[in-house]
Amino acid sequence: MALQLKWQIGTAVEIRQETPSVKSLIIDLPDWTTHLAGQHVDVRLTAEDGYQAQRSYSIASAPEDKYLMLTVERIGDGEVSPYLTDVLEVGYQVELRGPIGGYFVWNAADVQDNGPPLLLVAGGSGIAPLMAMVRHRANSNRRVPTKLLYSSRSYDDIIYREELDRLVASDSSLRVLHSLTRQQPENWIGYGRRIDREMLAESAWPPDEKPLAYICGPTALVETVANHLLELGYEPERIKTERFGPTGG
Amino acid sequence: MQDRDLRLDGNAAGGLLNEIFPFEMTSAEATCAGCGTKKPIGELMLYNHGMGSTLRCAGCDTAVLRITHIRGYYRLDVSGMSYLRIAE
Repeated sequence: MALQLKWQIGTAVEIRQETPSVKSLIIDLPDWTTHLAGQHVDVRLTAEDGYQAQRSYSIASAPEDKYLMLTVERIGDGEVSPYLTDVLEVGYQVELRGPIGGYFVWNAADVQDNGPPLLLVAGGSGIAPLMAMVRHRANSNRRVPTKLLYSSRSYDDIIYREELDRLVASDSSLRVLHSLTRQQPENWIGYGRRIDREMLAESAWPPDEKPLAYICGPTALVETVANHLLELGYEPERIKTERFGPTGG
Repeated sequence: MQDRDLRLDGNAAGGLLNEIFPFEMTSAEATCAGCGTKKPIGELMLYNHGMGSTLRCAGCDTAVLRITHIRGYYRLDVSGMSYLRIAE
């Protein structure tokens, strides 16, 4: 598709503290054209001396939402995320361009209710583009069977926890399986380790159902999960990945 | 920190590529000149350095596409790519 992206100025209309280290920025963009679930934007900061730093952030809001949501994890030595999470306030302006990407996207219009199931695997703030897909799916009323396998460090580090609980409660075709890698609350009934082959063999859709898989998170998690899914028999062209390094901030 | 920790997906190069090409480029298919693997650019390995961006083949590590943007010029080293297919 022919397009030429322009930098545009948005305004933060709300900031949500999602977890101790993660905030969601809700941004009003007057000139926004609608996005697809899974796409990202480039955010650019310009210092007074003209120095510019730029990072890519996945869009967490659904295409149907009025405002754009970016969910940002604070990276200690990052150039961009400390500004976005510590300095930016409601009413501040943000320069960004997008939507970007046509590969790691999911569009409800392309699927059928009884079509192949959807497997979403997230690590930490890698949930953001997958949340856009979950929200888009809910808005579209497509009931394609969907499982989200979501790895977080601890219970308090689960981003969008309450919203996911609400969505699962109202939709029997959506399942969310959590794994907490560092610390689990008492009586925790979810998984308590990094995502491994055994966990995927147990919880992911069987390969003969021709599932479509999206994996997003730190590079090591994405590559581990993608390799295990291939070994379990998933088709390579039906596994889509999005990695971010720890320097993504 | 290992080099693999700095690896991103080609998806993250979508904005930069759109400064040069008037198309959505993460779904454009590049064929690696090293091993012949054909993949969407979004699936290549992206390494961003101060000097610019390098997109490497996931199969054989060949630098499929290298891009710098310095002093008013984009420079593309495409010697690691034998073929590129872009959807209009």
